[in-house]
Amino acid sequence: MDTSASEGARFQPASDQSLLITFGTEISLTAHQQVMKLLRLLQSEPVASVRNLHPAYCSLLVRFDGLSISHGEVEAILREYLARLEEVKLPEPRLVEIPVCYGGEYGPDLADVCALHGISSAQAIELHCSATYLVYFLGFVPGFAYLGELPKELVTPRLATPRRRVQAGSVGIAGNQSGVYPFATPGGWRLIGRTPVAMFRADREELSLLSIGDRVRFAPISAERFAALEKEWA
Amino acid sequence: MGVIQVQEPGLFTTVQDLGREGFGPVGVSASGAADGISLRLGNRLVGNAEGAAGLEMTLLGGTFQFPDGAIVALTGSDFGATVDGAQAALWASMQVKLGQTLRLGPTRSGARCYLCVRGGIEVKLFLGSASTHILSGLGGHEGRSLRKGDMLKIGSANGAVPERRLSANALKHVLPRKVLRVTPGPQSDWFPEAAQRMFYESRYRVAEESNRMGIRLEGGAVLEGAGGKMISEGVSLGAIQVPDGGQQIILFVEQQTTGGYPKIANVISADFHCLGQLRPRDEIRFERVDWETARTLLREQEELLASEELILG
Repeated sequence: MDTSASEGARFQPASDQSLLITFGTEISLTAHQQVMKLLRLLQSEPVASVRNLHPAYCSLLVRFDGLSISHGEVEAILREYLARLEEVKLPEPRLVEIPVCYGGEYGPDLADVCALHGISSAQAIELHCSATYLVYFLGFVPGFAYLGELPKELVTPRLATPRRRVQAGSVGIAGNQSGVYPFATPGGWRLIGRTPVAMFRADREELSLLSIGDRVRFAPISAERFAALEKEWA
Repeated sequence: MGVIQVQEPGLFTTVQDLGREGFGPVGVSASGAADGISLRLGNRLVGNAEGAAGLEMTLLGGTFQFPDGAIVALTGSDFGATVDGAQAALWASMQVKLGQTLRLGPTRSGARCYLCVRGGIEVKLFLGSASTHILSGLGGHEGRSLRKGDMLKIGSANGAVPERRLSANALKHVLPRKVLRVTPGPQSDWFPEAAQRMFYESRYRVAEESNRMGIRLEGGAVLEGAGGKMISEGVSLGAIQVPDGGQQIILFVEQQTTGGYPKIANVISADFHCLGQLRPRDEIRFERVDWETARTLLREQEELLASEELILG
């Protein structure tokens, strides 16, 4: 017997060794809960032949070994998992606070963002720090968390031309999302600040500071505090 | 246990194995050899497990000295290798004697040449793999491409291995194709028929800015359906993204794990190794195959790789 989760899910082959499961056509907390529950079930009861899982806002990409299993067989197994989603208990979300030094050299786009919205930098910082964000998923590069939702007053389109290099720790906004660049990479989000906290470290057991489903709050810090914390984290 | 002294690193040389799979939930892509078949065959030629770590050289090879000697094999593209000035064969194992120097030059064929060493290259593993992930500076040798003066450890291996070479038949099969076979992408129905026809009829040129993250294409821009508003989702290796402007990008081994551009097609797994041999300015085309064909081609390729006749003693 199919439950609503299974009925609402759409299965599509994404490549010859991957299958994309989509819950709905827009970002919603309900769809995201289903992604997290399916991910959790697949992690606690792994399917042989499934090699990797890529959760996102309202979808999960399942990469499998095409020599031992087909799209149809993976779909059949996943439908059984979907029928059990209601029994999956998600852990209480953790609340992680990320200290940010805003503006100036730390957030070179803060002034432009303020000008676009006709607000002061103090107001912009207060708005960015007022929300509790949900970690929808980690993607793009190791440890990059897609955080939502940004307060409406701060919703800003991404840069027309992405930067070739964004400093590690940069805190950006794009559309109604916010995020922190764990590494120096190219990037098109508008940079409003920087954190001294390491978002991803190969030498600690929890590789990524943030996990899917976590809650995040940003807290403003001074340049002096930034320098002190940076030393601590080095 | 021996070492390799890097006298010249070449243009971009990294330690690679077959990558780390399974870390999608933390945003870590698999990485690994750009031409996995060449690495696997190189390892078999020197008697290693297929997934041992070797050196991946790009366009211009390096110069490596072996103070303690080693059994090595070069696979992939022809970089004009010599050992102390004498020509060294591709696709065959050979003994490099104490103190000899292996020198490689610019490519004479495709983008990448692999140096496999009996015992493998020994580095600290990151998430179970020796592969270098350049963007994050993790894995491989200090998370970066090799530099002059680097010293690499060779892993220990027991017993002698006979000299081996790849059979002519096998060689024919691993030659990289310039017509890449693809299956439809998850958003292929976003592209009108005319745009799809253009995609399959166009010749594309590999752009200079291509790297292990993505292979950027020039020519045959698909405008209708490009860059459409979509919700970011997980993306597959070999996915052909069509961003605003319509100029396609093939996601490659060090790919981003999620993306927000529609994907018109996906290169089949049996042709992934061909992507690793594409040089800037190479011309390629895409040919659509059905799911069953993609599966059959992958199975046939794996059967060939597993066959005993592949390697001649």
